Amino acid sequence: MAEMKAVSGVPESVPALLARNVAQFGSKPAYREKEFGIWQTWTWAEAAEEIQAIAYGYLALGVEKGDHIAIVGRNRPAMYWSMVAAMKVGAVPVPMYQDAVAEEMTYALDHSGARFVVCGDQEQVDKVIEVQETVHQIEHIIYQDARGLRKYDHTKLHALSAIQDEGRAAHERFEKVLAEREASIGYDDTCVMLYTSGTTGKSKGVVLSNRNVIETARASSEFDHLRPSEEILAYLPMAWVGDFIFSIGQAYWTGFCTNCPESPDTMMTDLREIGPTYFFAPPRMFETTLTTVMIRMEDAGEFKRKMFHKYMEHAKKVGPRLLDGKPVSFGDKLKYWIGDKLVYGPLKNTLGFSRVRVGYTAGEAIGPEIFEFYRSLGINLKQLYGQTEATVFITQQPDGEVRADTVGVPSPGVEIKIGDSGEIYYRSPGTFVEYYKNPESTADTKDPEGWVATGDAGFIEEGSGHLRIIDRAKDVGKMADGRLFAPKYVENKLKFYPNILEAVVFGNGRDMCTAFINIDLAAVGNWAERNNIAYASYQELAGHQQVLDTIQQHVEEVNKSVAQDPMLSGCQVHRFLVLHKELDADDGEMTRTRKVRRRIVEEKFADLIDALYSGKSEQYTETEVTYEDGRKGKITATLEIRDAKVVEAAGQAQVAAE
Amino acid sequence: MTMMHYEPHVTSDGRTIGNTMMEMKNITLRFGGVVAIKDISFDIREGEIRAIIGPNGAGKSSMLNVISGFYKPQEGEVWYLGEKRGPMRPFEVARQGIARTFQNIALFEGMTVLDNIMTGRLNHMSASFLDQAIWWGKAEREEVANREKAEEIIDFLEIQAIRKTPVGRLPYGLKKRVELARALVAEPSLLLLDEPMAGMNVEEKEDMSRFILDVNDEFGTTIALIEHDMGVVMDLSDRVVVMDYGKKIGDGTPDEVRNNQEVIDAYLGVAHD
Repeated sequence: MAEMKAVSGVPESVPALLARNVAQFGSKPAYREKEFGIWQTWTWAEAAEEIQAIAYGYLALGVEKGDHIAIVGRNRPAMYWSMVAAMKVGAVPVPMYQDAVAEEMTYALDHSGARFVVCGDQEQVDKVIEVQETVHQIEHIIYQDARGLRKYDHTKLHALSAIQDEGRAAHERFEKVLAEREASIGYDDTCVMLYTSGTTGKSKGVVLSNRNVIETARASSEFDHLRPSEEILAYLPMAWVGDFIFSIGQAYWTGFCTNCPESPDTMMTDLREIGPTYFFAPPRMFETTLTTVMIRMEDAGEFKRKMFHKYMEHAKKVGPRLLDGKPVSFGDKLKYWIGDKLVYGPLKNTLGFSRVRVGYTAGEAIGPEIFEFYRSLGINLKQLYGQTEATVFITQQPDGEVRADTVGVPSPGVEIKIGDSGEIYYRSPGTFVEYYKNPESTADTKDPEGWVATGDAGFIEEGSGHLRIIDRAKDVGKMADGRLFAPKYVENKLKFYPNILEAVVFGNGRDMCTAFINIDLAAVGNWAERNNIAYASYQELAGHQQVLDTIQQHVEEVNKSVAQDPMLSGCQVHRFLVLHKELDADDGEMTRTRKVRRRIVEEKFADLIDALYSGKSEQYTETEVTYEDGRKGKITATLEIRDAKVVEAAGQAQVAAE
Repeated sequence: MTMMHYEPHVTSDGRTIGNTMMEMKNITLRFGGVVAIKDISFDIREGEIRAIIGPNGAGKSSMLNVISGFYKPQEGEVWYLGEKRGPMRPFEVARQGIARTFQNIALFEGMTVLDNIMTGRLNHMSASFLDQAIWWGKAEREEVANREKAEEIIDFLEIQAIRKTPVGRLPYGLKKRVELARALVAEPSLLLLDEPMAGMNVEEKEDMSRFILDVNDEFGTTIALIEHDMGVVMDLSDRVVVMDYGKKIGDGTPDEVRNNQEVIDAYLGVAHD
């Protein structure tokens, strides 16, 4: 293996890392999978043997250097092995989303020109066979789970185990070829190709080189001091760049163990059994888990409930400070220790978070309450900001500098600059090579100097040097006086209040910002019940004076917080109203995934927007609604419009004073 | 009379069905004065999915009970695996390698899914009471082997997530699947399913159909099933017996049965002048 090391002594490919791991940690667990109710373990040496057998099998099938091998299936060790084996023979693995329907797969399979597809089970094989009606270059399909496939025509269909057997039998014939192929992998050769989800237009094949993957894995592993003893649970889609970096990049770099759940439904149980030390989950998962905990606590006995709330209150005060290594009084420390024995420890154990040393969340904004909850329990949950084109990491939060509203400092080796429009650009060793067969898009995204446009607007916070994301760049506008308008930034702040379900902020091209608010019927209704306020409908509750007072307080608090940012101080909400109906997908005001359709809301409630900007204190309106059975109806209401206090921005105040 | 005559039967999807496994000859079953089954003959071949259909009260469940050996017909002969079936004691009924599921789920509600499935392995245990009491030698080996088999079936039917859940807490569709698991874990050569889709929604029916086909495909288990849902029966089975008022009115492939005038009359009703 010596000749494969780079000048710097760094293995230059994932297979080279594998060889290093076999030499260093040969008998240490590399993969675990729960099957037949028991965790099955493969050491690095055993995994390497399996991978080698697949690689020989690929050669026997006729895989050429540079071929694309598509991988579709849920997270299982053999699926990861198929990817690494592909790299070994000089081919490029292309993991694909297993929940994609056949039509969606058609594009990626056609575009990648994959000659071979490795499938997890019958479901995926069926889809690939369907795709073959239109895409003709696929030569062989390989599957792992034979169930339901016995009757299929096996001339071009092979069981992965059969491929391995064939490979083992033919190893003498291919030994030299494989060694040559493996030795010829260069640091700048393609390591993997990942398709973007394609929410905006056609999905693109992001080509990542060995350099991208290995440098990123190294930098990020060092950043969080990842060790060979880490345990991770691989449950996020294999086609997602994050899973590739965590389960292959970092796992091979540091030599830690990748655990695969028994089935998608058993993920929570498996999480508890494994107790990962390094964990990633999208904000939604943390949210749902928190809600489940809260509901279960409400159902618990009075003693337990009181104990939980008492100690959680203490944890909120002390927990994050302890995590950040800030000074805490001895009394508080003692109380936290007791709380840990009584509440935090058992709770973390139930959630499977007992051993989490480093936890990450990313993808969208996470509510500060949710974030604080986990941190106060002593779980080191942090945020990162990244994308496929960057091999994940653009920024991440260092230990001790974790906040809900930033995404951290640039990851090691990453340079960041903010464009004139506020858009974030980065340049890093992880910057992707190109979009496969798409030079125009590559040129649009990556300039000749290597700067990549993220499509997100944000700024670097003064003092801390942390990056803060404001909004998608295309939603960011300018107000009449030229100040920055970032609606989502303000809306997210508003939505973090449990009483506010939805908020729509207006102000692009105007002289001030205004907002529509939707109250959260569950939260506000609960409050009304406790305070003996009778209400007959959403509309009535939404128009209640006390509710409006509360919402006004929230808006004013948000204004205060928005004013902290000199750049965004113009986005303070001057006037607002609480809508008489919930924004609803049935009425076309939201998408089915509950994202506000700004244009439609603007058109539909044009009279209300006019009223917000005309200085009126109330406005009569009629709105057509669609009932669940499809009938149309009309609701009428006179809405009160309130003025919210705004804070003069710090920056402006100074200018005025000078 | 040769019971094991070989007559390969090739199904529409190219599968070869083997020897006759069970033959019912001129079966008549009476409960007092009520004739539940009247002079019915048909066979079940190795590896096939054989359906028994018919309107309510046609005698389907009685037929299934005759097949399993639970009822002894007053007239006629049952030949199973080349032997004429004589009088049997209950444990002999259980030991012939026939497993079944019930129309009304018959699981132990308070026990976990895994424990319920393990009960299906009872016939594969031969360790002595003493060995089992002190968990030694054969008892331990058997338990491990049985658990392995149970886990294989759990994996096959995709019920890993409810392994440790008490059956009483499960929804109906899953209970049916657990019942199937318990029957399968006995490694039967003949599997009897009494209305496996009854009370299921479309999605659950599709899942169950797939599992039945997979069982037949993967383990080569011969399956006899009773079902109301004509669509399901026609898609699943290789051959269908149609019963009405205790009599056999049709027998053949789904297509043959579908075009049989008597069957159509029985299902759709016929005008009596």
